[in-house]
Amino acid sequence: MRLRIKGKIKNREHTAPIIVILTVVLIITAVVSMMLGRYMIKISDIIAVFEKHLFGLNTAFPAQSETVLINVRLPRILAAVFIGGALSAAGASYQGLFRNPMVSPDLLGASAGAGFGAVIALLFNLGLMQVQLIAFVFGIAAVAVTFTISGKVSRGDSSTLSLVLTGLVVSSLFQAFITIVKYVADPNSKLPTITYWLMGGLTTVSLDNLPLLVLPIVIGLIPMLLLRYKLNLLSFGDEEARAIGVDSKKLRMTYIIASTLATSASVASSGMIGWVGLVIPHLSRMLVGPNHKVMLPVSVLLGAVFMLLIDNVSRCLFDVEIPLSVLTALFGAPFFLSLLMKGKKGWA
Amino acid sequence: MIFEVRNAVCGYGSTPILSDISLEIESGNILCLLGPNGVGKTTLFKSMLGFLELISGSVLVDGENISSWSIRKTAKVIGYVPQVHTPTFPFTVLDVVAMGRVAHMGLFGSPGKEDLAEAMKMLERLGIEEYRDKVYTEISGGERQMVLIARALAQNPKILIMDEPTSNLDFGNQIRVLTQISTLADDGMAIIMTSHFPDHAFLCSSMVGLLQRGSKLLLGSASEIVTGENLKRAYGVDVRVIKENIADVGILKSCVPVIRQ
Repeated sequence: MRLRIKGKIKNREHTAPIIVILTVVLIITAVVSMMLGRYMIKISDIIAVFEKHLFGLNTAFPAQSETVLINVRLPRILAAVFIGGALSAAGASYQGLFRNPMVSPDLLGASAGAGFGAVIALLFNLGLMQVQLIAFVFGIAAVAVTFTISGKVSRGDSSTLSLVLTGLVVSSLFQAFITIVKYVADPNSKLPTITYWLMGGLTTVSLDNLPLLVLPIVIGLIPMLLLRYKLNLLSFGDEEARAIGVDSKKLRMTYIIASTLATSASVASSGMIGWVGLVIPHLSRMLVGPNHKVMLPVSVLLGAVFMLLIDNVSRCLFDVEIPLSVLTALFGAPFFLSLLMKGKKGWA
Repeated sequence: MIFEVRNAVCGYGSTPILSDISLEIESGNILCLLGPNGVGKTTLFKSMLGFLELISGSVLVDGENISSWSIRKTAKVIGYVPQVHTPTFPFTVLDVVAMGRVAHMGLFGSPGKEDLAEAMKMLERLGIEEYRDKVYTEISGGERQMVLIARALAQNPKILIMDEPTSNLDFGNQIRVLTQISTLADDGMAIIMTSHFPDHAFLCSSMVGLLQRGSKLLLGSASEIVTGENLKRAYGVDVRVIKENIADVGILKSCVPVIRQ
């Protein structure tokens, strides 16, 4: 019997290479993404620019490469990586938390709230930074509203079902607010801006506003990753998890706050990008199984790679950028359907 | 070890569903809780496990009030076996059992080699080690019930609280689970379980608690409590207890309902 146990532990270690492989894939994808674009940059120039900025070396390279790489492409690539990782981690957490594989990170109203905040800011002609900040705040506020109302509805018990239902109501309320703002916005100037923003894109990302995106995501991801094993227990239900020794209420709260931070920051800087938070956790579960200990980091990495690829297609395929939400739906929806058709039991 | 519920008033919010409930169980004993639907068995369970705060009264382990215990400490003493259910995600059986070790891990921990070995030991103890790599969502109800028992055992508790361990199981699996419960008690575990079948009280229990409407809890041995009269009062149907002396088995008792047309 001892031998068999050893065998199993070995099996578990098979998942570590997947994380290493995905990390390498992410780095390669990121480097290739730096080269790609309307202005192609040679790999030697990329290395030279990095050598200059990291080690102060002075190798010759075209000045234009440096500007494009540091000011335009690098922030955008970092944004794609963080947004993809954040949305996937939030999606995986919510699916575990709400015991439902059909759940995506906008379940409790974070996206709709952030969208409304951004739309308001755009209506009042505020700067990019303010748009992002207000969107972020509104995303968190929407989830807070969901939480408060659901607590009242279920008389302090804050059961999962009332949380989901309240989230649905709050989301559609904020969607309605967005429509109102669009309706009153000037159809010649403001309405197009608002519409384009909502479609999602990373054009507005720059070195200046990158921290506003990265910081909340990192703050959200740290507890999500540290506590990830216990997420397994929450997927059995609050009472069972509690009986086994997990403070399910606190853990759930932690995950909701962390996911909300990550989702709101993502939506605030890139608009509403659907499908990533739904499809990537599924794909990860297919690759490494449902144990969040491995599945959550794999989700983060896969989400980052996926978003990076999508953004590359968005900015390189045509002269005009394709909205991200369109691309994620075009890739995500058929992929999801194929998963459903395979009919794997238990959403593996 | 003595597990004790003393003058407990249980309910949701401040509305009591059960009042003045007292019971006591020692290591190595099985208490079988019977009672009709809606009488408050689940409420009593949730209160004993600390899911529901008691309105008044106390739950004591060796005289110590557990209301001040942390969730982790409670999990190390009291194991809970829920009714068989199908979870959302296809964990392997070993993964599910290893989750029972969570109270013995750090805040950011996950099962190490020792935890997996401990989980494996529990599977062996229940004789289901060959299910180790099977997918929990794909095994039968009886097997899943065994896995849930193994997970609770992995917590290393002194008392097991089992919510209808035989519900949704076929006849053979019911008896297999009951046999296992007896073995666990022989090994020194205190067990509190609910059942819808008064027969189960005869099959394996040192004590029976019959919960009736109006918070009346009759406590005693199976032959004292499971009588036609008591069952009729609790469930409102005509039941006779049949006693038969069978060669090479001994005295067998069974409850048989009487249906008159």
